[in-house]
Amino acid sequence: MRTRTPVIYFLLLLCGISMVIPFVWMVTTAVKSPLEVNKGHVGFIPAEEYPVYSDDSGEYRVKIIKTEGDSSYVNVLNKDGQIIRSFFKIPSREIGKERKIKFHMENFLIAFQKVPFGRYFLNTIFVSATVVLGVIITGSLAAYAFARMRFRGRELIFYLFISMMMVPQPVYLIPSYIVLDNLGWLDTYQALIVPWIANIFTIFLLRQQFKTIPQELFDAAAIDGCSRWGILWKIVLPLSRSVISTAAIFGFIGSWNSFMWPLVMIDNPKLRVLQVGLSYFSQEASSQTTLLMAASTFSILPLLVLFLIAQKQIIASFASSGLKG
Amino acid sequence: MKKKKFDVGPYLYIMPALIIILVFRLVPIVLSFIVSFFQWSITGVGNFIGLANYSKLLHDPEFWQSLLNTFYLVIFVVPISLVLSLIFASLLNNIKALKSFFRSIYFIPTITSMVAISIVWKIIFNQQTGLANFLLGKIGIAPLGWLAESRGIFTLLFNYFGITLPAWLGGPSLALFSIIIVTIWKGLGYNTIIYLAGLQNIPDVYYEAADIDGAGKITQFCRITWPLISPTTYYVLMMTTIVTFQVFSQIYLMTGPPIGGPLGTTKVIVYYLYDKGFGESNDLSYASAIALVLFAIILALTLFQKKLEKKVHY
Repeated sequence: MRTRTPVIYFLLLLCGISMVIPFVWMVTTAVKSPLEVNKGHVGFIPAEEYPVYSDDSGEYRVKIIKTEGDSSYVNVLNKDGQIIRSFFKIPSREIGKERKIKFHMENFLIAFQKVPFGRYFLNTIFVSATVVLGVIITGSLAAYAFARMRFRGRELIFYLFISMMMVPQPVYLIPSYIVLDNLGWLDTYQALIVPWIANIFTIFLLRQQFKTIPQELFDAAAIDGCSRWGILWKIVLPLSRSVISTAAIFGFIGSWNSFMWPLVMIDNPKLRVLQVGLSYFSQEASSQTTLLMAASTFSILPLLVLFLIAQKQIIASFASSGLKG
Repeated sequence: MKKKKFDVGPYLYIMPALIIILVFRLVPIVLSFIVSFFQWSITGVGNFIGLANYSKLLHDPEFWQSLLNTFYLVIFVVPISLVLSLIFASLLNNIKALKSFFRSIYFIPTITSMVAISIVWKIIFNQQTGLANFLLGKIGIAPLGWLAESRGIFTLLFNYFGITLPAWLGGPSLALFSIIIVTIWKGLGYNTIIYLAGLQNIPDVYYEAADIDGAGKITQFCRITWPLISPTTYYVLMMTTIVTFQVFSQIYLMTGPPIGGPLGTTKVIVYYLYDKGFGESNDLSYASAIALVLFAIILALTLFQKKLEKKVHY
């Protein structure tokens, strides 16, 4: 067994590299000089190549203006890139080349300011946070009723919900557009929020959790004169924190990354969410590779940070979605 | 027993969720049937046309093309993703140190947005300035057309050996295959996590007993792991199939112009319904008909897989 372990780690490393290489390349390309990228510099190191000329006093960066026969006319630059001698004639063969690593961090700022990404971020944060809040509230209320109350039509309504869960989003996209149009909600925040503030999967998840709470707790609370509403707040919800955070994580990631819905429902540039804004940006700046990579990087960043902080919880949440409830 | 008074409480609790689900799920689904029977556009309701949209679909080569492309996507993505994620998960299940590190690494694509990922991969597949051809060049392989290549992958492969395949055997275009790669890459982490959870549920004693009986690793996999993991396999199979049928973002962002190109070889069914409904023709009723066909296919597959599930459960 022991002898095989290095092989396993090697394979895992190989798989790991193939999973992260696109991200690594995204970041390294984002900080490259746009000129270098256009020249066809593809590798992972954000290096620049430029002509240099050395004499007794040291090495200088030069800018070639024109070449005549064996000699070239150049502008000699100092360290800050300012011209210290212009139209200087030197033999062409004495012009060397130097590679230097340089991170063009300003690409992030340029990309961020090119279109109103700040606005897109705020819109997305507002929409996602509201959706999560709504999903938890409607989900807890409904799940509490389904798990802990008897009423006529309970099974019927529950199965209606479950069957609705089977319907893929593209199927109700078009009629939803018509519904939202009739409500006069196209091009409003409501169109992005209201249809999503009830999530069937969350109701299902919370119902499973609420069912596991022992009946004795409810009985004891009822004897103490606690109302149904009070039991929900004082017993059920505090005991279900981890499932609620699971639901919140799903809700937030789903809302943050949703694309097709806001693309269809929103026309007004001011209401664009991040994913839609990024998509339009990718059309406008389609030839500016460094800016596209920079914009992709900072669009991914918030969820990536969230993931790094709460990776155990997030992975456990996703893993639990596959286990049979 | 005394008759209980009607208790309105429970209904108040389910009311908020119920209203949302009725108005934004049930009503739209019913509406989409109605819409598909009418001439209906963004400008308003038109005449009742019955099944005209559906019979038009049958004779619409673009629809069949997009259906074929979608099937290619599913047929390649699902099995490859399944096998790779099972391998990843088995490897992970055999180590202790760095386990959660690798798990997190694999999982990153799952939580990142398809839009950003598509933008990055589109540049990776760029013929001149992309990473894909750069890396191929490093190992001495001639650059490929990737997203711009409309010829089928089997055609290209056999061409390499000097064999010409008939067009219908060409397989998905290399452009669509590029989309397949991205789709697999994006979903791999999730499937791996699901499989890992399944593998961890198998008690060690089975393997210990098998070791004592002298069963090899491959025998152990075939006789213990694979049968016991089958509910997970069923879940992964179903989820990946359903999700892959709905691929949209990567097509919208990576292909074209025009989107779905080259030569319509990457046009998938969800993009086609989006284009019909919200593109130039604005034909919401035709788009609804396409959506319902998609729904019918997914429903049929789900029912079929449910039947299959009964057979594979131990």
